[in-house]
This record gives sequence, C-alpha cells and structure tokens, in this order.
Amino acid sequence: MSAPLSSPTTQVDPALDEDVAGATPWQAVVWNDPVNLMSYVTYVLQKIFGYPEPKATALMLDVHHKGKAAVSSGDKDKIEGDVAKLHAAGLWATMQRT
Amino acid sequence: MNGWKRAGRGARTRFVATLEEQESTVLRGLVIEVTQMLDGRAADTPQDELAELTGMRTGPTSRPDDRVLARLLPDFTSEDADLAAGLRSLHEPELIQAKKYAAESVLTALPSRGGRVELTVDQADEWLAALNDVRLALGTALDVSEETPEEFPDDDPRAPHLGVYHWLTFVQDSLVQARMQVL
Repeated sequence: MSAPLSSPTTQVDPALDEDVAGATPWQAVVWNDPVNLMSYVTYVLQKIFGYPEPKATALMLDVHHKGKAAVSSGDKDKIEGDVAKLHAAGLWATMQRT
Repeated sequence: MNGWKRAGRGARTRFVATLEEQESTVLRGLVIEVTQMLDGRAADTPQDELAELTGMRTGPTSRPDDRVLARLLPDFTSEDADLAAGLRSLHEPELIQAKKYAAESVLTALPSRGGRVELTVDQADEWLAALNDVRLALGTALDVSEETPEEFPDDDPRAPHLGVYHWLTFVQDSLVQARMQVL
C-alpha cells in the first residue's frame, strides 16, 4: 500500500522530505478510542506488524490504560506507511518525531 | 446470528455465520451509507489535468468538516499542520479506496435475504475493516464514549441505533475471536 505512494512526497511539499536521510526516527502512535474493540486493536497490531500476541496485547493495553502507545518506529517513509495501514484498519493513529 | 465459527484448516479455512434477513438488511444499509459518505468526500476533490495524465490522484489537504468522515479519515500528525496537509493529500484517495474495497467485500458476500455467510481468511480481514468503519461511523454519530450505557431509555430517539451499534460490536468481536485463532 505504501510503496507506490512514497515517491510523490516531494511534489506535494519539498519541505516534507527534510528527514529523508532517516536521521530523525519517527514513531507511529495509536490513540485510545471509545469505539475500537480491544480484541480488534490486538488483531490489527498482530496483522500489520507481525507482532506475537503477547506484544500486541501489551501495546493494546498501553493504548487502553495510558491513552496512547508508540507501536512502531523507524524512518519517515516507513512510519508514514505504517500510519496509512493503521488508518485503513480504522485505528486512530498519528506519526511523530521521537 | 449466533456469532462466527471457524471451519476447515489451512487454505480451506472459512468463517461461517448465519444472518437473519433483517440483520442482513441493516448491515447492507449501513455499509452502503458509509460508502456513499466516502464517495461524497472523493467527489469534493475534482482531479486536475495533471492528475489525469499521470494517474496520480491527490486528495484534499484539509480534514473533513463532517465529524464522521473526520473519524474515518484522520490526520496523519497533530504536530505539524503543513505535514498533516501534505500527507492527507497524498494518502486520502488510497485510504478511501481501501475502505470502499472492504465495504464491497461485505456487500458481495452478504446474502440479501439473510442466510449462511462463508468467508475466506482474506474476506474475513476485509469484513473486519468494514465492520469497524461502520461502527466508527455509528459510534461517532451516537457520541459513544467509555461511559455509554448498554441501553438508552426507551423514549430516547437514539435507543434503536444504540441497539444496532451493540449488535455490530458483537458481530465484529465474534469474527475477531475466530480470526485470531488462525493468525
């Protein structure tokens, strides 16, 4: 899903690519949401990231109890793709610099 | 319906449920409603010549005014408005397409007069995403929060809608449980 979309970034706004070298790591953050089911959030984290169930469950519980959790980190392109997948699954996710 | 059951193994894994006619009608109506909202959003963003030539669609840069659409199509970041605008423009058409694809999967497999539904693993994943979108839309419209009761009072006009919402929760959760057995 993310691969064909990454290249046009510079055409939208060249300033967006200042971190293209990956010097600044980014995080995908999932936020607590009153609608999304705990079971579904765990399933999505397992499916998108390939996390084992205990890790996905622990992250889901962090989202539930602390209001948010960083679920992945990496360079900007990777995290942009991760957030796009989380949005397709309906999770409330954003990206931020660490 | 009594929930989803897993049948078969490996490539022959299926998820099976039986829907009443009314359940099928309600689900179809909600999925179509969400699809139409997404179509409306996409139509708000006419494509220019460049997009037609290159085939690279761009979306709007601002968040939808409608709060249901805003929940279905969230911002990519809350830290940087320019970055959020750029990423929305880049990703929103693809996101709408993914949601419509999942919705279409439900509409295709759903028996119009109710009956048995049998999903492959891929179809189950599509149904889970579409069921979630429908719950997000309905939950946002109903202002569902952690404190929302199991039922509204009978004279509350939202009461029947909350019943549908809780039913959708059951349908989705049951399918997640079955799906996670083979994840």
